[in-house]
Amino acid sequence: MLDAKPAAKPVKTLVEVRGLKMYFPIHTGLLRAHTGDVKAVDDVSFDILEGETLGLVGESGCGKSTCGRALIRLYDITSGSVKIDGTEIGHADQTRLRKMRPTMQMVFQDPQASLNPRMTVADIISEPLSEHTTLSKTDKLKRIYELMDAVGLNRRFANRYPHEFSGGQRQRIGIARALALNPKFIVCDEPIAALDVSIQAQVVNLLEQLQDEFGLTYLFISHDLSMVRHIADRIAVMYLGKMVELGPRDPVYDSPLHPYTEALLSAVPEPDPSLEKTRERIILKGDVPSPANPPKGCNFCTRCPKVMDICRQIEPEFREAEPGRFVACHLYDQNNKTTAGATGGTEADNEHFQQGETK
Amino acid sequence: MLNYTIRRLIISIPVLLLISLIIFLLLNLAPGDPLANQPLTIPPEVRQKMKEALGLGAPLYVRYLLWLKQFFWVEPLHAFDWCFGTHFSVGMQRILSWQFRSPVFDVIVQRMPQTLTVVGMSYVIGVLIAVPIGIVSAYRQYSWFDQIGTFISMIGYSVPTFFTGVLLIVVFSVDLGWFPSIYNTNLKVVDWQTFLLQVRQMAMPVFVLALYNAAQISRFMRSSMLDNLQQDYVRTARAKGMGERTVLLTHVLRNSLIPVVTVIALGVPTIFGGAIITEQVFKVNGLGQLLITAIYASDVPMVQTLTFIFAVLIVVFNLVADILYGVLDPRIRYD
Repeated sequence: MLDAKPAAKPVKTLVEVRGLKMYFPIHTGLLRAHTGDVKAVDDVSFDILEGETLGLVGESGCGKSTCGRALIRLYDITSGSVKIDGTEIGHADQTRLRKMRPTMQMVFQDPQASLNPRMTVADIISEPLSEHTTLSKTDKLKRIYELMDAVGLNRRFANRYPHEFSGGQRQRIGIARALALNPKFIVCDEPIAALDVSIQAQVVNLLEQLQDEFGLTYLFISHDLSMVRHIADRIAVMYLGKMVELGPRDPVYDSPLHPYTEALLSAVPEPDPSLEKTRERIILKGDVPSPANPPKGCNFCTRCPKVMDICRQIEPEFREAEPGRFVACHLYDQNNKTTAGATGGTEADNEHFQQGETK
Repeated sequence: MLNYTIRRLIISIPVLLLISLIIFLLLNLAPGDPLANQPLTIPPEVRQKMKEALGLGAPLYVRYLLWLKQFFWVEPLHAFDWCFGTHFSVGMQRILSWQFRSPVFDVIVQRMPQTLTVVGMSYVIGVLIAVPIGIVSAYRQYSWFDQIGTFISMIGYSVPTFFTGVLLIVVFSVDLGWFPSIYNTNLKVVDWQTFLLQVRQMAMPVFVLALYNAAQISRFMRSSMLDNLQQDYVRTARAKGMGERTVLLTHVLRNSLIPVVTVIALGVPTIFGGAIITEQVFKVNGLGQLLITAIYASDVPMVQTLTFIFAVLIVVFNLVADILYGVLDPRIRYD
């Protein structure tokens, strides 16, 4: 099993996120007074192990991309700590961050817009090399060709402009660019969302192949649940700026703990038509509340099918419910077992399954 | 690109012919008598003869074709002779100004330097001021700098030059006496002293026009920068770990300049058009002033020739702007 692989050798934590908050201030009125915040990412904590792929899923606007960007400090974060490869970058200034950039890179969602239209492929890939290394011109060209080979781009394309490529090729340019400085950690911000289905598989396979080749660590942000199941070792689920569930891939997909994860996963279509007929969808009612004005208590309490009184009062803690599986839900509170009687059975099943899965 | 340019030049020929016809008809069918300034005691038959001497006796189409021939054939030949000392144009009739009784192009050549130094300099200065202001305003959007910049460009854009010009004369010439209020065309720059004099007499008209030009261009620059600052590739550049300077100057600025450069190119013909009002206010006897006096005097050949030259320049600089766009933006291909 894929997720059993990292467990074989002792793995270190490459990325350590604690209490990450990213608020965007709202200014209103005549004097543009600061009247509130959009809590795009609100107190999120997790680790990413070296060499693994953490899939970050959630619906549109839940703060996935913001979380990914804040993680490598493309934003000035509101509070929290981010440690990448042992270095704290949560509140580092731009000069120090720039020195850290070779370690952490990002592949962006829109391959058309994220490449400078006035630069050739060679310029785009070599720019970080000129900034962070002292390679000679010939060495740089060699490296450009190496990278283009690695991502499967023809070397003859080096002097072309981004608009002359197809979407899949452009995303390859974006990946080559991200790889230029031998990063350890790459945030893939919906790298396949803007591509055709046939190209999506190519790009995802390329990412996997590069991971094996260079020992990369990915944070793979996506709303495509089946694609995340394919590539990720562990899954993190976000809802309204908060992480609701985090755990190894198969247990999360087979027996989700959080009601939101359950609802989200029930939306994945089943390729087998006979199974598809019997698939039970959990349809959530209502809309996602505004991140500027989240509900009291649990963020999900307005739409949760298993909502309890306590959910509307107290915010659930993000805690380890089972070994390696974290969840933020009152259903799994230790002293709340009796209230959660309805789901007690499923929970026991989960435990059973989990033990079988992780040996 | 070459094919495109040639095709555009060929297309511009019928365009210019149509424009020339419209200009000619508008001016010649408009009321106004070139002899209105002559004494009333001149007998009607003599007046008629004077009219015929000006060429007004011939039918309209003959006059139009003659003017076209003079403009496109005789004058270029004459210019060629003047440059290379040949004698192709000897004995050919040039376009004559009714008020100066001398060839229109000779007068234009006399007036051109004043316009180019004053209006041209103001355009250059306007652009040089506008681009950095636009960059900083966009980069620090809604900062104090941006607010003040917006305010000043609003003033520069909305207050007419005849007001700012006169205001400057009142303050700096009349009250303070720092700058002369009248532009002296006879001043020849030979040494440091005369150079300083030239700078002083140019200061006020150049300031008035530069303020106006800078106001427009800085707004273009600002909005173009804002457009590009929000693009994803800027975030990519930051994620690459490029310095803020590189991000701003190589990535954002180069892309933002594409539309601004074309706007600047489209503005160049207005330099040759002269700033009619500003030239009047500061008594700069350039092309703008020439045009306005020619209109007062019903000097039809002068007005139609000047207007047509402006039309040619506008057509040419439209082409230049389009070509610049193709050169600067690799996404645009002409073939």
